[in-house]
Amino acid sequence: MLNRVIDIEHATKVYQMGDVEVRALSGVTCHVEQGEFVAITGPSGSGKSTLMNIIGCLDQPTDGAYRLDGVEVGDLNDDELAAIRNEKIGFVFQSFNLLPRVPAWKQVALPLVYAGASDRRERAVAVLEEVGLGERLDHKPAELSGGQQQRVAIARALVTQPSLLLADEPTGNLDSKAGAEVMGIFKRLNRQQGLTVVLVTHDPAVAAQADRTIRIFDGMAYDAADIIPQDSAPGESEAPVMVQVTVAQNGRRS
Amino acid sequence: MSILESLQIAVDGLVANKLRAILTMLGIIIGVAAVIVMLGIGRGAQASIEAQIQSNGTNLLYVRPGSTQSSGVRQAQGSAATLTYADAQALAEPGAAPAVKAVAPEYNAFGQVVYQGTNSNSRVTGVTPEYLDVRILKLASGDFIDAAAVNAKSTVAVLGANVAKTLFGDADPIGQSIRINNVAFRVIGVLASKGGTGFGSLDDQVMAPITTAQARLSGSGQFRGSNNVSTINVQIVDAAQNDAAIQQVTAILEERHHTTGDNNDFSVLSQQDILETAATTTGVFTLFLGAIAGISLLVGGIGIMNIMLVSVTERTREIGLRKAVGARRGDILMQFLVEATVLSVLGGLIGVGIAFGVAHLIGGMSVGSISLNPTIGLDSVLLASLFSIGVGLFFGAYPANRAAGLNPIEALRYE
Repeated sequence: MLNRVIDIEHATKVYQMGDVEVRALSGVTCHVEQGEFVAITGPSGSGKSTLMNIIGCLDQPTDGAYRLDGVEVGDLNDDELAAIRNEKIGFVFQSFNLLPRVPAWKQVALPLVYAGASDRRERAVAVLEEVGLGERLDHKPAELSGGQQQRVAIARALVTQPSLLLADEPTGNLDSKAGAEVMGIFKRLNRQQGLTVVLVTHDPAVAAQADRTIRIFDGMAYDAADIIPQDSAPGESEAPVMVQVTVAQNGRRS
Repeated sequence: MSILESLQIAVDGLVANKLRAILTMLGIIIGVAAVIVMLGIGRGAQASIEAQIQSNGTNLLYVRPGSTQSSGVRQAQGSAATLTYADAQALAEPGAAPAVKAVAPEYNAFGQVVYQGTNSNSRVTGVTPEYLDVRILKLASGDFIDAAAVNAKSTVAVLGANVAKTLFGDADPIGQSIRINNVAFRVIGVLASKGGTGFGSLDDQVMAPITTAQARLSGSGQFRGSNNVSTINVQIVDAAQNDAAIQQVTAILEERHHTTGDNNDFSVLSQQDILETAATTTGVFTLFLGAIAGISLLVGGIGIMNIMLVSVTERTREIGLRKAVGARRGDILMQFLVEATVLSVLGGLIGVGIAFGVAHLIGGMSVGSISLNPTIGLDSVLLASLFSIGVGLFFGAYPANRAAGLNPIEALRYE
């Protein structure tokens, strides 16, 4: 069996909003193996963002287990979660989230600051060259196009050599050409370097470029590539047209 | 992450927002500069006042008559006429009071001083020859009153610098005849200006032999067979003997007046007492100025807190991002604390610089006779600097804590 990067078992997430309990995730089980390129899709309100936050170690499940690259995340405290995020996860956001008025190489070096690395500039420059921005090291975000900004953000995500690249609607703010460029970088990183990429999107065209799609619906995960007929899918009546399946409760091989 | 690292991040953050950083610092700059300058002005004034008092001679005691009691009500100090010329002579007796160097009794009267068409209402002081040395006076021209003049009750006068200027303008007063309360006096000398203002300035008085003043000007009364005097100026050997001199003078006068302690009909006031009183007064004044300036420093601190809160809100997404890429709570806390401290320390340093500039600028100015000569002490610089660091830490703590406590998910989603 390959090394499992994401291993989520029966994860639930319940928010308390005043007197009302909101169940954002109701028992999600999903796995991502090392080197996979997976898209997570689902309509808004489906629990997609909650799942992404949990995968990204920004949040912890109320119940259930999550192992990230072999580390049980459920019982870590805030500072340990911060260290895990720093070490194992590279984030790419829809809105880039670059710091204003800061040159590109410093943006990329930011995670290294918190990792306590010393050879920051060299490493940042190397990754920027890898995403084709070797000529833009000292440019500030305002001096870069949207596509270039997102490539800076990707470089920032890669600089700590994470186990997982987690991208949240990475093409959402880009025109189609820049979007294609960014998707091209993801694919290249995945194919050539074996980087595990998880992409959260509601755009079917973007999701289609992944090897596998996990659909989130009503707080449950369905694996679109591994369809098993199921009689009692929750939220059946609202389910999309395609035949819905739950991921097997007893764990599954891929 | 080290402090140095936080410092780098904080400085980067401030450089990225230069105008805001400068505006924030302004409060601290003004506060620190104000504290230092105000304390400096207070100290300068204190030194100036002390110097003025000391110019009258530090080794000086004033013996004044006590107060009278009229129908059981105690009247003002000096209202009794219990001090006499004989008392002064007793104090001056060689060996009587070893701590006493010289004794100069004076008798004060007011009179209208007239020269041709010009006149001036002046204090006329009857003095003895010792007065010149005891009160550290200098003659601008002519001679001072000598013993012969005192013995002979001569109608000669020495003019204070202001009186001479009022009556004679630029003409030479020596040898001229003036009238004091319709008695003709010959001017024999003019004193050099001593400065000093207000009531009792020596520049505004006319001096005549004490005997003449007593007999001819306001007709002093007598007490135990000797003419009254208004004040006995006593010069002591040196400042260290101040207390001994007070004791000796008091003992001699108690014996002569047959009084003790509380019911003494005279009082002995030393120049050092006056100095201490003045020091206390100016000390309070300095403290007051410093406190007002301190309030402006406090307001500057609140400005820092305000801006830091705005900064935290404005940079919510940045904080979210930093947390997402691995910043721990402590890292964010440190970043904002260091930022607030850098602001206040930098503001403090600039404030110190400005304080020195302002002190230099107003160095030559004066208020009345008191010259503003701000003396900036190292202690006030240290105080203001430490206080500004404290202000930064204190007012930075709340915003920093708020930033550190932000939930990264909500922070990243913040619009």
